[in-house]
Amino acid sequence: MANRTPLYDEHVADGGKLVDFAGWDMPINYGSQIEEHNQVRTDAGMFDVSHMTVVDLTGDRTREFLRYLLANNVDRLKDSGKALYSCMLNESGGVIDDLIVYFLQDDFFRMVVNAGTHDKDIAWLEKQSAAFDVTVTERPELAMIAVQGPNARDKALPLLSDAARAAASELKPFFGAFDGDWFIARTGYTGEDGFEIVLPAAEAATFWQQLRAAGVKPTGLGARDTLRLEAGMNLYGSDMDESISPLEAALGWTVAWEPAERDFIGRAALEQQRKQGTTQKLVGLLLEGKGVLRNHQKVVVEGAGEGEITSGSFSPTLQRAIAFARVPKATADTCQVDIRGKLLTARVVKPPFVRNGEAQIEL
Amino acid sequence: MSNIPVELKYAKTHEWARTNDDGSVTVGISDSAQDQLGDMVFIEVPEVGATVTAEEACAVVESVKAASDVYAPVGGEIVEVNEDLADSPETVNEDAYGEGWIFRIQPADAGELGALMDAEAYEGFLASQDH
Repeated sequence: MANRTPLYDEHVADGGKLVDFAGWDMPINYGSQIEEHNQVRTDAGMFDVSHMTVVDLTGDRTREFLRYLLANNVDRLKDSGKALYSCMLNESGGVIDDLIVYFLQDDFFRMVVNAGTHDKDIAWLEKQSAAFDVTVTERPELAMIAVQGPNARDKALPLLSDAARAAASELKPFFGAFDGDWFIARTGYTGEDGFEIVLPAAEAATFWQQLRAAGVKPTGLGARDTLRLEAGMNLYGSDMDESISPLEAALGWTVAWEPAERDFIGRAALEQQRKQGTTQKLVGLLLEGKGVLRNHQKVVVEGAGEGEITSGSFSPTLQRAIAFARVPKATADTCQVDIRGKLLTARVVKPPFVRNGEAQIEL
Repeated sequence: MSNIPVELKYAKTHEWARTNDDGSVTVGISDSAQDQLGDMVFIEVPEVGATVTAEEACAVVESVKAASDVYAPVGGEIVEVNEDLADSPETVNEDAYGEGWIFRIQPADAGELGALMDAEAYEGFLASQDH
């Protein structure tokens, strides 16, 4: 039987259409994916992301361990609560997972990794941490709710305890803070402001109900996908995996090359790739005409070769089909996408497509 | 419960067919099908004048979730398509059996309609698909 989050009964009560996602029964939508998407862009929506893995890393050498484990550099985290997005690479520079790590104390960092990569992530963390005497502790007794949208903070803050509200209202973007067992971070996966709230599983349903009563609408994984795509955020397993390096996934900005003496797993392979040059790149696409871009459609670039759509969908905000595609390095301004045997023209654009409710590209 | 009008015929691929007074057959997708696919964002209709055979893919409905072929429930000539769906594909979600019709066929052999399910059979078919 599939895993169920502490909010399973809420999803059923909310009319959620449940599907299997990485071994979890999760709501794909609660009726209309587009309405849920628009709700997050214009007001506030909430996502159950309790299937994601919260891992606490503790020990005196935790920072040193993460400096070696991650392609991004945790030394960028100087203030307590600050978050960092990073890829975790294998020795050949392929992406094992992408994650968020929060610096709490020098001997305590919290990591949130993907649900679909849970087993291999934990195995990798256990293996690599041994030499640093770092303890890897999963927190399955915690739930996680993302509240996102321009009104998300205003609607969520009054529901928090006095202490949590005081801490949360002061949070700058990409920071998190504790109040007892609750951890509130001003992060997300939608391109909107909001919080990701980690809380005890036993308190999750009540908080969900309070959010709903405050006008925050349940939002499914379907809208989560179109929101993150519009926001120009990669999805592990679609846009990158262990055969793809961050340099081929438009994630070069997350690789901290300096200081040069910092050794991290995958560094040698990445440097080699950087020196030789990559042959492909990940770009944004906007379909010029009608139709829908989908994962795995073939991309044809005249004079440069072929590529493939890694994430494609219809953008509810732009009312056009958008995608990420891995294409030959020489790809310029346009390409063609094979949609059921017809070649349709798409424009190459620089994501994000949408941020804070506003289109970022000209249609 | 799914909405399954008794006056229509249904295909296993979830199209409905309505025989009009002039013998032509109007085709759309069932309420259950639109519900499964979710919000429609693009409908590709066949060309008027095209000849299709029964069970031939001749239109595509695309939701935010996926693209799905629409098969001709009977063979014949496409005599009309629902042009309004180009600008309002969501009509298929809102009114699957009415304004959300997709195309109209003049059947070459109306006897092919006999191979389709009636409402009761389709309801049983849907129930069996749930397992």
